[in-house]
Amino acid sequence: MPDGSFAHPQQRQFNPYSDNGGTILAIAGADFTVIAGDTRQSEGYSIQTRYAPKVFRLTDRAVLAVNGFAADGNMFVKKVKQRLEWYRHAHAKDMPLRAIARLIQTMLYAQRFFPYYVYNILGGIEEDGTGAVYSFDPVGSYEREACRAAGAAQSLVQPFLDNQIYFKNQKAAPGTTHPAHLPLSDVLSIVIDSFTSATERHIEVGDGLEIYVVVAQGRSPQGLDAFRGAQELSTQPNGDRMFIIRRELKKD
Amino acid sequence: MSIMEYNGGSVIAMVGKECVAIASDLRLGNQALGISSNFQKIFQMTDRIFLGLPGLATDVTTLKETFRFRVNMYTIKEERELEPETFAHMVSSALYERRFGPYFIEPVMCGLQKTHDGSYKPFIAATDLIGCLNFAKDFVVAGTASSKLFGVAEGLWEPDLEPEDLFETCAQTLLNAVDRDAYSGWGAEVYVLTKDKVIKRTLKGRMD
Amino acid sequence: MATASVYSGPGFDFTNEVRNNFLTDRGIPLPKATSTGTTIVGCLFKDGIILGADTRATEGPIVADKNCEKIHYITDNIRCCGAGTAADTEFTTALISSNMELHALSTGRKPRVVTAMTMLKQMLFRYQGHIGAALVLGGVDVTGPQLFTIHPHGSTDKLPYVTMGSGSLAAMAVFEAQWKPNMERAEALDLVCAAISAGIFNDLGSGSNVDACVITASHTEMLRNFVKPNERVQKERSYTFRRGTTEWKKEEIRALVVEEDITHITGRGTEEAMDTS
Repeated sequence: MPDGSFAHPQQRQFNPYSDNGGTILAIAGADFTVIAGDTRQSEGYSIQTRYAPKVFRLTDRAVLAVNGFAADGNMFVKKVKQRLEWYRHAHAKDMPLRAIARLIQTMLYAQRFFPYYVYNILGGIEEDGTGAVYSFDPVGSYEREACRAAGAAQSLVQPFLDNQIYFKNQKAAPGTTHPAHLPLSDVLSIVIDSFTSATERHIEVGDGLEIYVVVAQGRSPQGLDAFRGAQELSTQPNGDRMFIIRRELKKD
Repeated sequence: MSIMEYNGGSVIAMVGKECVAIASDLRLGNQALGISSNFQKIFQMTDRIFLGLPGLATDVTTLKETFRFRVNMYTIKEERELEPETFAHMVSSALYERRFGPYFIEPVMCGLQKTHDGSYKPFIAATDLIGCLNFAKDFVVAGTASSKLFGVAEGLWEPDLEPEDLFETCAQTLLNAVDRDAYSGWGAEVYVLTKDKVIKRTLKGRMD
Repeated sequence: MATASVYSGPGFDFTNEVRNNFLTDRGIPLPKATSTGTTIVGCLFKDGIILGADTRATEGPIVADKNCEKIHYITDNIRCCGAGTAADTEFTTALISSNMELHALSTGRKPRVVTAMTMLKQMLFRYQGHIGAALVLGGVDVTGPQLFTIHPHGSTDKLPYVTMGSGSLAAMAVFEAQWKPNMERAEALDLVCAAISAGIFNDLGSGSNVDACVITASHTEMLRNFVKPNERVQKERSYTFRRGTTEWKKEEIRALVVEEDITHITGRGTEEAMDTS
């Protein structure tokens, strides 16, 4: 070295992964599921794009949110959609949600020794009409839950959800119990406030918010069709209904 | 593994309507092993100033004594009580003195500042480990669960909370944040400071 | 028995160095201090200097302070923007500000920007870059308006327009496109705001509000939170809790002294000194 010291031997190698930031979350209700993600894609201190969707519609009743390394995320979604299409042709019906969850596990574990660097959250309506959320780690470990946040602001959002969805650390008013499920309007407020709070305190979260809501067949959308900005994406007139809501988030 | 995570612990301070609250967990650990569920991290500096010290436990003890000494010397020399903002600058200077060999603590302080018309204004401040001051208007957090505290506090806090409501908000913020952190928890305590009294409550929380 | 002195001298105290180096060698790294991420700029215009800064302070990817002040006071006619390690910029500028006031009293002259620049660069060079302060120093003195950048290792540049910090490239792009000599105050202020806004919106390390400071020969105007393009929207719901939601085990209430009535109980007329013989 110029100052006379000796550097230790170094080995350099191409790093195949990078972190594109962003945050996703999903909350399951009694007969609906909400899956949301911000739309910012960043790398280091730069913004790659202000609108890169992370939440994708798989079937009429299943929505997959992917977060982590965007290239792996986008490719993984493509492969999942392809497998669902093959299933559709082979079995003349859509894959049930819990089967999609198991499929995602096997697809992720197949790459156990060069993983997809993505944290997946699958949300939708189960065969019995209940809302369901399945969360995965990059190599396929999964579990059904009532709510989950993942991504850059996971540590900011998950404890807030614990308090507001599971009512953790809250003692119920004497003689009452906490509700097992919240109504859709409460859940949407919690989702939007989680993202605005995460945007305030985490530099990689912001720009825009996309919220997908899947409502079970025959159940009331609880005023969602009149909700500001809600757009319906349902394909079947009498099946499960899907809505998308877009919101702006701070761009700094 | 960072030296700030060696013993664990977190502190939060929040502003309410003519009151402030400061809360901390009670855990002292040796990395993953929990040692004490009764390790105090919040200390009263004057009648109306509280200081929270999350970080390396040995430095908690050292700084607590250092500041007790400096506050006493100030009171003796100036013959008046120390104001919170002055105390904050005192903390900042004491930490910056050790710029190249810092104390592994990120202090959080709260107090009630005397105003010219005799009333008290709520005050909170925090510094990083080398003394960079942050005078927030809403809340300040520090410790191993700081990112969790930021997230919950940003969601739950609103301005002008009455003392009893501020207690609930501050306590819920702390409990839910430390439950997601392996190095914080094992008990919690909250101090609510109003112009005429200090209420200290020890919380019932998860002990895992 | 001789006791250790509890009074520490002025300047840095290196007594924890041995302990900290030992820990670093054992694989426990020093924690990250607050960094200002930052976009700071300075530009020369017809009547003087305009300095600009964003207001976000970060600790890694988390925003520690949403509205911190990065334009520091040096003297009435000189200000300094700071990027890098926040504590370093704060204390370095405070030290030089103090020394400038003493210097002005000693020389009996109005302070000059080059004096501040020299003091800053010599101090930063002495610490070989370990003090992480990247500064934009600007002011108007008897020799006219001057604008300097100072890097953490102690190098300086004298330029008509400068940017520093993680958002410096975004801000410099705006300056390179639109700066021209002898701009009017309004035009220059708009340019500075545009440059800082470019940093705020395109650099993740910068954000929140725009601070500006206009320095002319006659006076200095500090425009704190000059533009606030990032106010938080109102939350969808209130999250206040029912009183009694949190369970507590023990309560201690301590009343504080609010008012004191002092009644003097002294002698009847003549004050006699205490006899302590």
